[in-house]
Amino acid sequence: MSDITKLSLNELIQNIRNKKLSSTEITNSFIERSEKSKKLNTYVTDNFSSALEAAKIFDEKPNMDLKLPGIPIAVKDLFCTNGVRTTAGSNILNNFIPPYESTVTQSMWDEGAILLGKLNCDEFAMGSSNETSFFGNVQNPIGENLVPGGSSGGSSAALAANLTPVTIGTDTGGSIRQPASFTGTVGLKPTYGSCSRYGIVAFASSLDQAGPMSQNVKDAALLLEVISKFDNKDSTSIDFKRNKYSSELTNNIKGLKIGIPNEYRVEGMPKEIEDLWKKGIEIIKDCGAEIVDISLPTTKYALPTYYIVAPAEASSNLARYDGVKYGFRSEGENLIDMYEKTRSEGFGEEVKRRILIGTYVLSSGYYDAYYLKAQKVRQLIKKDFDNVYNNVDAILTPSTPSSAFKIGEKTDDPVSMYLNDIFTVPVNLAGLPGISIPAGIDNKGFPLGLQIIGKPFDEQTILNIAYSMEEKINFKNNITDWWM
Amino acid sequence: MTIDLKTVKHISKLARISTDEKKANKLANDLNSIFKFIEALNELDTEKVEPLTSVADTKLRLREDKFEANNIRDKILKNSPDENKDYFVVPKVVE
Repeated sequence: MSDITKLSLNELIQNIRNKKLSSTEITNSFIERSEKSKKLNTYVTDNFSSALEAAKIFDEKPNMDLKLPGIPIAVKDLFCTNGVRTTAGSNILNNFIPPYESTVTQSMWDEGAILLGKLNCDEFAMGSSNETSFFGNVQNPIGENLVPGGSSGGSSAALAANLTPVTIGTDTGGSIRQPASFTGTVGLKPTYGSCSRYGIVAFASSLDQAGPMSQNVKDAALLLEVISKFDNKDSTSIDFKRNKYSSELTNNIKGLKIGIPNEYRVEGMPKEIEDLWKKGIEIIKDCGAEIVDISLPTTKYALPTYYIVAPAEASSNLARYDGVKYGFRSEGENLIDMYEKTRSEGFGEEVKRRILIGTYVLSSGYYDAYYLKAQKVRQLIKKDFDNVYNNVDAILTPSTPSSAFKIGEKTDDPVSMYLNDIFTVPVNLAGLPGISIPAGIDNKGFPLGLQIIGKPFDEQTILNIAYSMEEKINFKNNITDWWM
Repeated sequence: MTIDLKTVKHISKLARISTDEKKANKLANDLNSIFKFIEALNELDTEKVEPLTSVADTKLRLREDKFEANNIRDKILKNSPDENKDYFVVPKVVE
């Protein structure tokens, strides 16, 4: 078989189970292609030789009952992997080797998957273009010198370039859905509390969620089924009855009510995005679901709220990087000097900017005006969603206000970079599940995504809607292997 | 409101990040444009709204007080930026 790396996750599993392909053959194919794709800069650390050993062990005694039998998978470098360097895209963790495994990745290995390597991301997941990574830009395989989105940019690029059959990312304000949209792939952010945060390098603890990224909706459903489970090690993990997302997947969405929020028609939105959204609405109608106009009045306050809440939590979470127990240290004249130099040299500019914003909004005299205010507005944003969910089953919006932009285009203006997440951030603030699916291309030929937002714990419904739409959209990524 | 150089230096101190004059100036500019954008929140009346700290509607669980990680002491110490194998070493704290 010549095009092993082009197969979807479900196709690979079928081939392994039918004994048409071995785990070693598959692992080899992805490694070979990854070796030829270094120009994309997707890998921070590869695990190729260990992966081949693990594949060999699997092939000697294959257990076909597992959900991911012998499947090699590369993951975002924000998940702690036991004995394999984990950097979070930061100089401050450049040499960090975790002595433990994140619950989400452990769940994948328990089901037979094999770690292929650790993928580039924005530093501490703070960014929308993968440009804040200490390990450099990632190239989007859809075209030269385009960003792959962020913060899970190495993940989206590796997936779109067929360097890994599926991957997992994390999403604090859009970091799975926006890169998926920029690379013509599928990305799902689960309900807050679905996937354990244990062993994921923390950014903003009340918003962070891990989730699957894949070539198609069926693959996303299967990977979600593996990683979504209750975990005692995460105090915010929620013990709810999870669906069998892949076997319950159906393209029958007749009678569902899908809301179209008026407030997402933001000022200056390109006509192509508006047209894409209209196309999505027609497809939903075609599938037999009903379109309902809804209002989410506090939408425009979501980004300002996010840029108080997320930096505040980050400034507190990142206080642990002090050069004492692990990570980078810069020598200083005394303890305080050591702290200040370590953090100044160890963190990149965007991370420092956010730590300072967070420190400011939490500092004495400003706490009520900023942090408390933001928490109150967050309540209003959540209530908006609660209200509309009395009348609709899910919501359809564009995933992003633009397609992939050029490397360097937005790095000088933080606010214009932040606007990338305008459609994804409200979902994190309200703790809801959301999925981005590729839905079309713009006049430059770059992919554009549509987002389906669900009720809490109702991943099955958004997967079903995405599955039905995917069938009718029939999106094909046009990737030319220009980097080889 | 505007964030001046003095404020940037003060919060840098609080956050334990050293900042030179040139960087502090650039940071002041960046922070001002970000806070200008954040100030839109003041349009909303939130007098009677309860703050939302977590969307997860759960109480913290109690668990038995026992440890599960075994024999990772050496692995943990190995990540230390100092070469010492038995302790974490920091610059002299007490004069």
